[in-house]
Amino acid sequence: MGRYILKRLLQMIPVVLGVTILVFTILYFIPGDPVRLLLGAEPTPAQVEAKREAMGLNEPYLVRLGKYVEGIVLHFDFGKSWIYNTPVTSELLQRFPRTLTIAVICMLMQILIGTPLGIIAAVNRNKWGDRLSMFIAMFGISMPNFWIALMLVLLFSVKLGWLPPFGIGGLKYYILPCIANAFPGIATQARQTRSSMLEVIRSDYITTARAKGMSEFRILMKHALPNALLPIITVVGNGMGMLLAGTVVIEMIFGIPGIGWYLVGGIGNRDINVVQSSVIFLAIAFTMIMLLVDLAYAFIDPRVKAQFAGQKRRHHHAHA
Amino acid sequence: MLTLNSITMEDQPVKPRRKSQFVIVARRLSQNSSAVIGFVVALLLALMAIFAPIIAPYPYQKQDLTHSRAAPSAQHIMGTDELGRDIFSRIVWGSRFSLSVGILAVLLGTAVGMVFGALAGYFGRVVDDIIMRFMDILQSIPGILLAITISVVLGPGLFNTLLALSFGGIPMACRLLRASILGIRHQEYLEAATSINASTTRIILKHVIPNTFSPLLVSSTMSIGNVIMMGAMLSFIGLGVQPPTPEWGSMISGGRGLIRTCPWMVTFPGLFIMLTVLALNLFGDGLRDALDPKLKK
Repeated sequence: MGRYILKRLLQMIPVVLGVTILVFTILYFIPGDPVRLLLGAEPTPAQVEAKREAMGLNEPYLVRLGKYVEGIVLHFDFGKSWIYNTPVTSELLQRFPRTLTIAVICMLMQILIGTPLGIIAAVNRNKWGDRLSMFIAMFGISMPNFWIALMLVLLFSVKLGWLPPFGIGGLKYYILPCIANAFPGIATQARQTRSSMLEVIRSDYITTARAKGMSEFRILMKHALPNALLPIITVVGNGMGMLLAGTVVIEMIFGIPGIGWYLVGGIGNRDINVVQSSVIFLAIAFTMIMLLVDLAYAFIDPRVKAQFAGQKRRHHHAHA
Repeated sequence: MLTLNSITMEDQPVKPRRKSQFVIVARRLSQNSSAVIGFVVALLLALMAIFAPIIAPYPYQKQDLTHSRAAPSAQHIMGTDELGRDIFSRIVWGSRFSLSVGILAVLLGTAVGMVFGALAGYFGRVVDDIIMRFMDILQSIPGILLAITISVVLGPGLFNTLLALSFGGIPMACRLLRASILGIRHQEYLEAATSINASTTRIILKHVIPNTFSPLLVSSTMSIGNVIMMGAMLSFIGLGVQPPTPEWGSMISGGRGLIRTCPWMVTFPGLFIMLTVLALNLFGDGLRDALDPKLKK
């Protein structure tokens, strides 16, 4: 197991490096001269040149990329904001707990609400409970989270006045953002749980367990759920990426100063290093969560461990 | 052992069987009421997009400041915005952008992904390694963040938005095609095809793609809805298709500040996003069940 963890950690390094290089390279092609935007009206060519030099924009692509990657890898330093000239790293670290709080609460909601709903639906296949929960889940995956957020604000803040629509300052400020962000995830979770439970329920060993006279509940808990768990965990992992990315609009709507709002602000200011670093930071966070999911996989599924012990290579597919 | 018979039969059964397969799937689909509803609604929305100039009661850009911020009424069934523009008309015109961006972005992403998948699966070794590691990297960036990043560089506009959104679909199509090539690579009928000198391109087009067709079709149908939502999200945060072009996401964004007084500005465009995505998802679900009867026992 230790070897497996180490191997997965090492595999993560090229992915993180690759993400950094990819995002940097995409944003390298930003059209227009950012310096002119910074200096405002009619800067002299000398001013422009001095600013470009100071920001390191005159250096070739590879040198700039090298410096950026070196900063992140060796000093965990994402450079400075182009507009405010403040260090991006401290801003990201200060904001990350808020983003992570929302994402983790949403993930818990997704697991604690979505999974039981899916199980209930699968067990009551084609009865009204199944149809109703799948009907709601279908709506859940069909609404964009920013619209759910605004509808929740409309109902709970504007009409009912129960919850604050904006800002931070206590638990109740997190309720609407978390519901809005978690809703699509809960729906996905319920759908995936249902279909993987249905798959398992049809297996021969479930029939055998029934023939032995085992109670339905014990069959569910001892045989069905553990075997249905793997696809369910995958959805949790992938969902975490959606939840983290979903915070971008959610934080913007609810005025929560997390990384998402920082990113949106960076887009508005054309502060490319803020955009770049926020995206990379969130992607790294996502990769680490996927790593934890993978480890959970190996922990739960003896086949993965056995496979690793037997073969020298395991292909990991992150797709849903 | 291959007999002469099985070699000359090589690509004979493909055509008639595919036709009947289509009939079977269509029949199964037509028995699934939610898939039929999804299909009909999606069709209606497509017709609405095509005949937008006829359906929309007002030109989408027509301002009427005397009737600005009007609540829904007989005259303006979904109300007007802050410039007095008819919201229903703007929604009707906006369906053109959402639908075309959704469908084209998925087609583009799937096509590019398939090319990579075919290369990876067919050539294997180093080519496979490089392509798949690149896909790993692409998938490590959550879809909307990737779209945001590309959109920041490309700037606003329909085509640029479409391009930015297409990248997210590449890894899925690539993996599906690659997996199915690896799955059938050692099957006898491919050996047979190779033995009669069928070219690589022919083998991929005639044997590999038809085998991947159904999973690809299902995953693409399901992702159109997702891409439409992402496109709306891009315009909502100020990227993608920009005002004054009527786009559902940017209409919601424009109404956000007026949610206390004019909730219709936010509600109706969102309802149409939901309706569109819901229809496509219902149809996609039905398609999956119809193509894979194993799941529908």
